[in-house]
Amino acid sequence: MTIGEVSRRGFLKAAGVGVAGTTLGAMGFGGAEQAMAQAVRPFKLARMTETRNICPYCSVACGVIMYSLGDRSKNTRSALMHVEGDPDHPTNRGTLCPKGAALLDFVHAETRLKYPMHRKPGSDTFERVSWDFALDRIARLMKDDRDANFQTTNKDGLTVNRWTSVGFLAASATTNETGTLTYKVMRSLGTLPFDNQARV
Amino acid sequence: MTNAWGDIKHADLVVVMGGNAAEAHPCGFKWVVEAKAHRGAKLIVVDPRFTRTASVADFYCPIRPGSDIAFLGGVINYLLSNDKIQKDYVKAYTNATFLVKPEFGWSEGLFTGYNEEKRDYDRSSWDYQMDEQGFARVDETMTDPRSVFQLMKQHFAIYTPELVERVCGSPRDKFLKVCEMISECSSPTKTMTSMYALGWTQHSKGAQNIRGMAMVQLLLGNIGVRGGGMNALRGHSNIQGLTDLGLLSNMLPGYLNLPTEKEKDFGTYMSTRGFKPLRPGQTSFWQNYKKFFVSFQKSMWGDRATAENDWAYDWLPKLDVTYDVLRTFELMNQGKVTGYFCQGFNPLMTFPNRGKITAGLAKLKWLVTMDPLDTETSRFWENHGEFNDVKTADIQTEVFQLPTSCFAEDEGSIVNSGRWLQWHNAAVSPPAEARSDVFIMAGLHLRLKELYLKEGGAFPDPIVNLRWPYAQPEEPSAEELAKEMNGQALSDVFDPTDPTKVLVQKGKQVDTFAQLRDDGSTASFCWIYAGCFTEAGNQTSRRDTYDPGDTGLAPRWAWAWPVNRRILYNRASSDVSGKPWDESRKLVWWSGERWTGYDVPDYGPTVKPEQAVGPFIMNPEGVARLFTRGMMRDGPFPSHYEPFESPVANVINPKIRGNPAARIFKADLEALGSPDQFPYVGTSYRLTEHFHQWTKHVWVNAALQPEFFVEISEELAKEKGIEKGGWVRVWSNRGSLKAKAVVTKRIKPLMVDGRPVHVVGIPQHWGFIGKTKKGHNPNSLTPFVGDANIETPEYKAFLVNIEPTSAPAVA
Repeated sequence: MTIGEVSRRGFLKAAGVGVAGTTLGAMGFGGAEQAMAQAVRPFKLARMTETRNICPYCSVACGVIMYSLGDRSKNTRSALMHVEGDPDHPTNRGTLCPKGAALLDFVHAETRLKYPMHRKPGSDTFERVSWDFALDRIARLMKDDRDANFQTTNKDGLTVNRWTSVGFLAASATTNETGTLTYKVMRSLGTLPFDNQARV
Repeated sequence: MTNAWGDIKHADLVVVMGGNAAEAHPCGFKWVVEAKAHRGAKLIVVDPRFTRTASVADFYCPIRPGSDIAFLGGVINYLLSNDKIQKDYVKAYTNATFLVKPEFGWSEGLFTGYNEEKRDYDRSSWDYQMDEQGFARVDETMTDPRSVFQLMKQHFAIYTPELVERVCGSPRDKFLKVCEMISECSSPTKTMTSMYALGWTQHSKGAQNIRGMAMVQLLLGNIGVRGGGMNALRGHSNIQGLTDLGLLSNMLPGYLNLPTEKEKDFGTYMSTRGFKPLRPGQTSFWQNYKKFFVSFQKSMWGDRATAENDWAYDWLPKLDVTYDVLRTFELMNQGKVTGYFCQGFNPLMTFPNRGKITAGLAKLKWLVTMDPLDTETSRFWENHGEFNDVKTADIQTEVFQLPTSCFAEDEGSIVNSGRWLQWHNAAVSPPAEARSDVFIMAGLHLRLKELYLKEGGAFPDPIVNLRWPYAQPEEPSAEELAKEMNGQALSDVFDPTDPTKVLVQKGKQVDTFAQLRDDGSTASFCWIYAGCFTEAGNQTSRRDTYDPGDTGLAPRWAWAWPVNRRILYNRASSDVSGKPWDESRKLVWWSGERWTGYDVPDYGPTVKPEQAVGPFIMNPEGVARLFTRGMMRDGPFPSHYEPFESPVANVINPKIRGNPAARIFKADLEALGSPDQFPYVGTSYRLTEHFHQWTKHVWVNAALQPEFFVEISEELAKEKGIEKGGWVRVWSNRGSLKAKAVVTKRIKPLMVDGRPVHVVGIPQHWGFIGKTKKGHNPNSLTPFVGDANIETPEYKAFLVNIEPTSAPAVA
């Protein structure tokens, strides 16, 4: 299965074994060809699902192809097995740098976070909480502060409708779509301390 | 970037200054190698360190951190005094011919109108002379002493090779060789490209560093042409996108401005945004500002933004000051910030003066982090010995650490340096209970909306009326949001020249921002993205490698803003008559009937050359600005200022410390060190094996570069008795760190104003979480002061001291 039309790769994959066989055949090895084909293990990635993605590090934004196991049926979880440069991509033409080449281990890093965690004031540890607990409590804290500190007018009586006692740093590695929703949510609250990595 | 990564192969000369592309942008740098191998291009590197980019350069020239304007001023002076400019381009396509007010001037390092107390200028004299009709006066001969051309000559005359050597420590012969190589590109058939990054932005005059090179490029006629341009190599994969979308304290999407409190109503706000052409017959595209603004408001509040309520103008917050990150952490330290969100952001590691960052976070009532990784910021309260020496029990901040998905687990578009929006798909699901940022943001909004509807509270209108047309309100899809960025018709949109003709039917996606209206009939979240997701589908997921003319522009691969244009200002690739300056590198030209070529023309498609409309259609002048009028806080021309912490005084005026128009808070001014106690120049940078603080979580990269170090010259090592691989302590007036010393030939002392200046290089990838060894970070030392225009901190030039020491205690 191919996600995002990986045309050339798909073609090579389908043609792979046949090409090798034919070449040997043309050179007159006859039976050796068959023996050779049996000895060569099938290309492992041939059974994977390919997904087109973009390296999340710098702004060269190299095309990458992600190989995962699993057919994405409802009751299975896909497992990422390999990441490599997209040879069709006009910028990187299949190459990756020392960071991009190790992306698989970024996705699988031991320090990937798995559960919402909460640290109480003064505590020396995080405790696991539910998403509902975390989001309910954060929304409550936001509203309490906004209701207490929202400024509707300035000292000259002009309308300002701003909230400056809560700030938000947005992530310049998220998608435009995430950025759009983040903007809508934070600006509609009147939030002014609002920046992303472009500031620094 | 004005151009594209693949376009770099058409350059004759590549100048890498203020960046280190071979190490920080390796797969983009291959286009430099391509230009060298197949076009015979030359590469110049100007950098304090002999980087890997320098190692493959044709010519390397060292420079002291923070002295780039003196160097670039020297280049400008060389080009002007040796008549090495592309005169026809300069005359027709820049404001060199414009006349400036007689009151404007510059003396002893300051422009007219300076107020020392406010650290600010009255910029009223920094403008053109206007005629009775409100058009700027010009002198086509450029001989009038008040012409921008003559003022520029005068302004840069002090930047002699002697001054450059004295200020920058760049040997005179090397500097002159750089000038000579650059000056060859004043030919219309020779093109130079500028590749820069945070080595230019992270200074108290970062914006002016870039202005300096932009002026060089305009004088050489290298803007709008293939193989040319000003190419910002941006740091993060979607930092361009978040900038475009205006996720900055003072911005709206698409480079519109958030109103200030002085703009009390929509009429007042629009009154300074008329963008009336400053020369007869010019385009001045920003005259469409209102259409973009109203379409944004409709995207936010739909039916609730009406002509009667000024399109919900009052629902936007109004600025009194800019709440950039430096100000926000200053306010945190003053106890004026209650809560803070860090979405994919690790400020404890990445903001200057870590001591102040820790103190600020500890004063918060609550902190929320949203990240795929365990960050130092989310654990700022945890004691890690000398790597994070805090008193946990004293820190009363409530902390939420929310696990999010990463790139492999979500879909959407991100924008590369060349402004291409590229779509990606999810390969797998996030681990365990990690969720998308969209789920979190939607979850907070829906809860707040419910609370406000139930309880009431402070000004609920913009929250409870926020447009939320998503199929799954608790987790809107990327496709829905991409369509919203693009925009659609809310009612039928008619052709202005034929009101019976419907251009876009109600409910359909718009094709381009030209279809946006200021009457409420269209919504578009980000006007420059209009065209990214049309009725023809998602343009950002296109992957056709078609590339006519082998331009490297790949016009059917993904989608570039604006309107799939790959090289900005491309009309300037042809002369006034519409004929390409360089036939072998033609881009956009006049066919006799219309503008045509390999790229989408940045110009009216049928505007005849004889109409003399300038190629810089976004500017009311129609031309590019060598003189920026009052648009920048610190001057209409770049002027050399020392970093706030510098080993030497400003040779132009020793009384000026740092950038005289940059803001600095009182405590941070007091925290600056002086060269008698801190004689060495510290500078920060990143390594090719690591990406910021992310890759220390990746075992491959942790194995490649496991341990924090600093780089110093053999000369400094000898002077201080530091051994190769030995432990050193490096400290500034704000903090201290320990590191292993890499003693290298890559950094050499520079002779500045008659004495040697040593540079201490400090890479920035270590912290106290991840697979690498625990380590320190340059931001324990860096100063808390930013650029005068945009407040980007001065990470690249500060003062330190260094001494041999013992290994840190293992935490």
